[in-house]
Amino acid sequence: MSLQRRDVVQALLADRGALLVVAGLGSTAWDCTAAGDDALTFPMWGAMGSAAMTGLGLALAQPARRVLVLTGDGEMLMGLGSLATIGVQQPANLSVVVIDNERYGETGMQATHTAHGVDLATMARAAGFASGVLVRDMAGVAALRQGVHKAAGPHFAQIKVAAQKVPLALPPRDGTLLKNRFRQALLGEDAARQ
Amino acid sequence: MDWPLATHQVLARLGFGVVGFVPDAGHKRLIELCQADTRMRAVVMTTEEEGIGLATGAWLGGAKTVLLMQSSGVGNIVNALGMVRECRIPLVIIVTMRGEYGEFNPWQVPMGQATAPVLRAMGAVVQQANAAAEVAAHVEAAARLAFGSYCAAAVLVSQRVIGIKNFQEQAAQ
Repeated sequence: MSLQRRDVVQALLADRGALLVVAGLGSTAWDCTAAGDDALTFPMWGAMGSAAMTGLGLALAQPARRVLVLTGDGEMLMGLGSLATIGVQQPANLSVVVIDNERYGETGMQATHTAHGVDLATMARAAGFASGVLVRDMAGVAALRQGVHKAAGPHFAQIKVAAQKVPLALPPRDGTLLKNRFRQALLGEDAARQ
Repeated sequence: MDWPLATHQVLARLGFGVVGFVPDAGHKRLIELCQADTRMRAVVMTTEEEGIGLATGAWLGGAKTVLLMQSSGVGNIVNALGMVRECRIPLVIIVTMRGEYGEFNPWQVPMGQATAPVLRAMGAVVQQANAAAEVAAHVEAAARLAFGSYCAAAVLVSQRVIGIKNFQEQAAQ
């Protein structure tokens, strides 16, 4: 039985506490919104390939907080070099989780490289991530959630999910709104005056 | 005039906590000064495009980023700069120019000539430093503009300042 992407993201974000989330453009951003729109989730509507690095910048700026990047296989494939960059920096508070449906979901469900066997988890381990796992069941998702909150990273996970169209759940689009609400929730009221 | 030293002092005084770079001959000394500064996190990247995500995430977390790149690297950040503009992320970019003043490598010329127009097309404010003594002041002004106005500001350091005239000089740097 294949994992359903919305179940996976819902489980990863359950009781998220102080977790900071970066959502890569496309389906993973909609998944995060379906799990509950939150000021401390930064959903990306563009800059494809930049989600993992956005997570790195946030993790370096906020070393006392846990940072989770949730993104898709196509988005991750566009920024593979960032795995090497994160491997060099070794941010212990960063997790990069790829929701892998082996498809470009926003453009017509064309196959990505992972459909042809490209193994992102092994790539991440080879780049120096503290862990890089392939997840195929909800028990694996639950274990991953524990690691995201507690274990020393950087962590990487590639979660295989069913290739299916799910209802749209769209976050706000305005980039300044998304930035300002995130900074205000994280840094306080004075964030807008910095 | 030690422009890298003066520029590093400006960056430190203004509280830049993250420095993203791809190794570059013209930036060699400034990169080394930033790497040696415990107040700054120097992040070596595989491509300049990574710097846009880095800077965006850092600003979400309250840290200021400066990106150091060669003019060719500007070509690698164009689409990602759309996020900086749409989200109004303050960002300083220091660009060492090639393909511009006495260039010896014809492959550098197209991007060198396109650097300023491309940055402006994506909404970055562009300042050109033509002498070593101008660089640090331009960087300070760019930082004031970027963080005062929530946008990207780029300082182009002319090839006149960098002074690389042939492959032998480049290899020796």
